[in-house]
Amino acid sequence: MEFFLVTLLNSLSYGLLLFMLSSGLTLIFSMMGVLNFAHASFYMLGAYFAFQTSQAIGFWPALVVAPIAVAALGAITERYGLRTVHKYGHVAELLFTFGLAYIIEEIVHLIWGRAPVEYKIPAVLDFSAFSIFSTQYPAYRVFMMLVSVGMLIALYFALTRTRIGLIIQASLTHPDMVESLGHNVPRVFMTVFAGGAALAGLAGVIGGNAFVTEPGMAASVGTIVFVVVVFGGMGSLAGAFVASLVIGAVQTFSVGFDYSLLNLFALLGIETSADSAWYDLWKVTISQAGPVLPYILMVLMLIFRPKGLMGTREG
Amino acid sequence: MAYQPPPLIHRKRLLTWGLTAAVLIVMPLIFKQSFALSMMSQMGIAIIFALSYNMLLGQTGMLSFGHAVYFGLGAFFSVHALNAVGAGNFHWPVTLLPLIGGVAGLFFGVIFGYVTTKHSGTPFAMISLGIAEMVAACSLMFPTFFGGEGGISTDRVVGNAVMGITFGPSIQVYYLIAGWCFVCMVAMYALTQTPLGRMANAVRDNAERARFVGYNPTHVRYMMLMLSSFFAGIAGALAAINYELVTAENVGVVASGNVLLMSFIGGIGHFFGPIIGAMLVTFIQSALSNYTLAWLLYFGLFFLVMILFAPGGIASLITLHKPAWEVAQVRKLVPSYIVAGLAGAVLLVGVISLIEMIYQVETKAEQSGTEMSLFGIGFDAATVMPWVVSVCILFVGALLLWMASRYVRSSWTQVAAVINARRSA
Amino acid sequence: MPAALELKAVHKSFGKTAIINGVDLAIEKGERHAVIGPNGAGKSTLFNLISGRFPLSTGNILLDGQDITGLAPNEINRRGLARSFQITNIFAKLSVYENIRCAVMWSMGYRYSFWKRVAGLRDVADRAQSIVDMINLGRRRDTLAGVLSYAELRALEIGVTIAGGANVILLDEPTAGMSNTETADAVALIRNVTQGKTLVMVEHDMSVVFGLADRISVLVYGQVIATGTPEEIRSNKAVQEAYLGTEATEESE
Repeated sequence: MEFFLVTLLNSLSYGLLLFMLSSGLTLIFSMMGVLNFAHASFYMLGAYFAFQTSQAIGFWPALVVAPIAVAALGAITERYGLRTVHKYGHVAELLFTFGLAYIIEEIVHLIWGRAPVEYKIPAVLDFSAFSIFSTQYPAYRVFMMLVSVGMLIALYFALTRTRIGLIIQASLTHPDMVESLGHNVPRVFMTVFAGGAALAGLAGVIGGNAFVTEPGMAASVGTIVFVVVVFGGMGSLAGAFVASLVIGAVQTFSVGFDYSLLNLFALLGIETSADSAWYDLWKVTISQAGPVLPYILMVLMLIFRPKGLMGTREG
Repeated sequence: MAYQPPPLIHRKRLLTWGLTAAVLIVMPLIFKQSFALSMMSQMGIAIIFALSYNMLLGQTGMLSFGHAVYFGLGAFFSVHALNAVGAGNFHWPVTLLPLIGGVAGLFFGVIFGYVTTKHSGTPFAMISLGIAEMVAACSLMFPTFFGGEGGISTDRVVGNAVMGITFGPSIQVYYLIAGWCFVCMVAMYALTQTPLGRMANAVRDNAERARFVGYNPTHVRYMMLMLSSFFAGIAGALAAINYELVTAENVGVVASGNVLLMSFIGGIGHFFGPIIGAMLVTFIQSALSNYTLAWLLYFGLFFLVMILFAPGGIASLITLHKPAWEVAQVRKLVPSYIVAGLAGAVLLVGVISLIEMIYQVETKAEQSGTEMSLFGIGFDAATVMPWVVSVCILFVGALLLWMASRYVRSSWTQVAAVINARRSA
Repeated sequence: MPAALELKAVHKSFGKTAIINGVDLAIEKGERHAVIGPNGAGKSTLFNLISGRFPLSTGNILLDGQDITGLAPNEINRRGLARSFQITNIFAKLSVYENIRCAVMWSMGYRYSFWKRVAGLRDVADRAQSIVDMINLGRRRDTLAGVLSYAELRALEIGVTIAGGANVILLDEPTAGMSNTETADAVALIRNVTQGKTLVMVEHDMSVVFGLADRISVLVYGQVIATGTPEEIRSNKAVQEAYLGTEATEESE
């Protein structure tokens, strides 16, 4: 029970973090038809910028400065990169963001090195918020959830109460119609792209110190976010939300289970030994299989429901 | 109107392929150094892999981020087969080992392709990435098959020598690779000339219309993916023979990204594009990595510049000049190209010195201090002066390149006028 | 003898909006049939339903007496129905000849083969060449389709449609956006390539419709309000009220 509650809270905070990434990715994809490969790179840059800023002027300014810096980079990427390759089609756009992700990772290597940096949780938040049975639950995790939920609410109001939000919503359901609305489409694109980057950057600021800030973080989170988007249904914010929580839970919970099929066989009274056929497969524990589970879920979803959980369209 | 099919072998084709074969045979006689030989072997493998990748991207319009899955699994199956041959449990000539790799690649193409090819465009790209991640994650779960961190090693010298060929010396391995490379090139080219190959192009251009002329685009994509994974598996098997080691990296996402870069830089719109790309990228990777640790960054920048300014790759830059060549106008472009090249070199010097200085200060300073030398000039990167100079060079280079680009454009306008005049005449 | 194409109580709704509202239509073999109607009447949707591009909500479609409801477009095409598109829909990076060749290959039985050389297939080459000549694009044979002029593209569109030798041809506004001389050429072309076949066309240009069609159906708000010979349609009161009265404004668009 204790394990379950703690893990549930952890998976919730992680799932919300995933949603901060997948929501931006979904918005950008829906509006522009571009799958932003560099989206997780913005997450990584958010963490590194926050690390650098918090060393100079502290964590709280970093919470604001880093996402803004990432948003600025996002705006530049859209304006001078994507807009240039747009005329060559979606493949070129996708490849551009792929190349960008590649370069950002190398630049991070170049500036901050290959080892993880010491981006720490601020001392003010480094205490235990409450205890569940014998486990002290860290306050920072609670703070992460608060920031994510706060961001969610802000996003909700931005989408439902502002002009640009309404245009974005319209584009989610009728992607072809945006251009005929007579709005300044390039500027809307730039705003969405920068906004998505800012969300990713913020996720990096609060996630980088909770997990680890290293050059490989973009690649490892990036593919999970893609899985979330495919699983939830491309272009669906609600789907992305549910999928973020589901995938977050799968990843977090699987770490805690050291059971394999061998245990099941033992329960069923089936004798196994190291010589049995496929022994390698049977002895894999759930925690070892954890990294694969999200991808297996995705493949299953694709076989049985190609549009994803709540998707309405394909690509 | 009786149609006479063109002969299968005609002069131009014979010349092209004959020349290709001759180059493959003669190269190791010219470049005898061992590093050159190993680089050429790598190139041969890369050419097969990149061409097989382009069956998807260039010919069928499928952007895959997971093609190394078929390459890597082909390599793993071949390495186990080779070890079994070595242990005497299995009889199979090493020369034909690539067939085992190919069949393994094909097998996984049949399985994964069934799931992935129901989609096209961006969803296909994402799913191919997901499958690649899945296989990469599996590779760490099953150490018996994938060998864990260390990978699976092998010895390619097995059994008795056939006509003195043991595949011990690397020159014999080179010729094995070259032979397979030639066969695969011919086979993949021939494939473009078949009904399936032509329909792959049609599906790439307009999948919906392909449906309305009776073809099922999903089926076309599936078949192309299966065939392409067969060739990728062959390349993987050759890699297993060449390196005598297969690791989880071979199925990894980085390897998949690499083949994408090769094909794209070479040019996905032409059959020979990926061949150029494979050779160039292999060369850059082995040459540049000796000089600078930041070579991946240069490589990435090069890729980005190609996407922004030459999305057709090197192949399209070459074919762009065909009309100018036909009217003997290429020489009119040369002066402007030289000027642009010089301006680009200045810009490049600025970029390189900035990157190398950042690298020195941020990463290398702890071990070797901030003293460094670039282009034969020694300086201390902790002082302001080199930075000011580098930034100035960068800006001057950018300005010069901008001016040079106008010169190139005006030269092209003149040449285009000549071409148009000849055409209408 | 079954009708070449028969629609039975065909309905189609997008969400809550009914676009096609119970269409019954039988088109005889060898007939040239035009579907006319004001903008938004559902003519293009009807074509999309017949050709399998969209699924039906309810109803049945029979091709030569066989039920083709719910089949994929490629299946329907293989059973002898081909369609053109209102917005030109060809293979842009292939040459004119290759476009046609792709369109004849399935019907000649070459399917997905990857062991035969296309250039070695005499029957395919002969047929593709004869179609290129038939649509008067012989001079542009090796030009990339993407760079053709508008009228040439429309001719290629028709060529790709008829190339497979389908017995039922659906043409969606084949003369839209053409000048008068171009339209005259297109009509002659259509007449030529659909000899002995069943033709169903959507068309706005009344001179084309009345010049080409044996029978005409008038589609208004997703329902066929009249079907008959050109004379019958011309004199039909309901049609005059619902549709022909607005012809002037239609054509001025």
